[in-house]
Amino acid sequence: MIIAERKSLEEIKGLVGEAEKVLVVGCGTCVTVCFAGGAREAAITAASLRMASRLDSGPAGEPAGNGKAVRDVTVQRQCEWEYLDEIAEDVKAADVVLSLGCGIGVQAMVEHFPEAWVVPGLNTSFLGLPTEQGVWAERCAACGDCILGLTGGICPIARCSKSLLNGPCGGSENGHCEIDPGVDCAWQLIYDRLNSMNRLEVLLELQPPKNWRTARDGGPRKIVREDLRLSEEEV
Amino acid sequence: MAEREAGVAREVVVEAAGQEQPEAERLQIVAYCCQYCAYAAADLAGQLRMQYPPEVKIVHLPCSGKLDQLLALHALEAGADGVMVIGCLPGDCHFLRGNINAARRVEGLQQLLAEIGLEPERAQMFNLSAAMAAAFVEATQTMVDEITALGPSPLRRNGLMQKEEDHDNRGA
Repeated sequence: MIIAERKSLEEIKGLVGEAEKVLVVGCGTCVTVCFAGGAREAAITAASLRMASRLDSGPAGEPAGNGKAVRDVTVQRQCEWEYLDEIAEDVKAADVVLSLGCGIGVQAMVEHFPEAWVVPGLNTSFLGLPTEQGVWAERCAACGDCILGLTGGICPIARCSKSLLNGPCGGSENGHCEIDPGVDCAWQLIYDRLNSMNRLEVLLELQPPKNWRTARDGGPRKIVREDLRLSEEEV
Repeated sequence: MAEREAGVAREVVVEAAGQEQPEAERLQIVAYCCQYCAYAAADLAGQLRMQYPPEVKIVHLPCSGKLDQLLALHALEAGADGVMVIGCLPGDCHFLRGNINAARRVEGLQQLLAEIGLEPERAQMFNLSAAMAAAFVEATQTMVDEITALGPSPLRRNGLMQKEEDHDNRGA
């Protein structure tokens, strides 16, 4: 899933700026599961922003002023336009929309509501999974040409600091990466796994340089499935 | 679910606000009390005719680990001058680790309060057992003393805690 982290309230306040009516929009999918932008986080962010704006609106030491009008609403999936229709009225009424979706959610909002000023409340961090409660780790770099079948199901693109295809490098120290002893050496993990599966012969095959055109290096990516598209009459 | 829990806190806040006039000048501290320790300790304090500060309003939780930051945040937003969470002694949680989790959540809440611009000390965690009526009185008195030193919350309106509909600008 997509892992994200909430921006600091200070940055959010800067993004919201002078807007008086703020709509915080949470997302019920990935960012709910990583506790960054679900209904609960949207409510907490909205309450925090209301309180902070009230405190900022009056002189220090004096009772706070009225502050901004901040509401929160959460959609099931911010990255699909059809889920956004239900909040059209709320978005229309707001001066600024603070999206607690990932970067895709923010852009889905912008594309669906071109009149709205939408700002991000999260930093979209990576594609990963929770390794324990409260800990998330990167697992996929969305390179567009999966090689997990060659590496025992452990991705060297996402998990090796150098994205090596024929590792490990000289920086592998006791199973850890030279960049940080807290980072596992992906190639050590790959070796250990293949060894445990009696499949070390997989590593005898040298991998040629990867075709990175399927990754970001080939520019923005798009998939078109003609078998799924609607005909012109249906659109 | 969080909405419903927050609703409970709101009711308590509203109830506190609805009392006679002197309440307006009095500090308002919401104490989230675990039913296995602090809530029973408060009860025991009552049976022993021990006085604890009238500033403290008790919210009954099944475990201090049930505390949701949003709940406490709503109380503070409504103008509560402080929130205290009282759980069992370390190692004595009826649900094993609820009090440890609560302490971490209070820490998280304090960080959030600092970001918001409120003093982090307005949220505090205490631990005691059901038999410690005197400790309950002492904890509440400590909290009241510390909040008195900080002064009333700047988020109060006209000296009173407010109902949710009045204060949060919803529907604007």
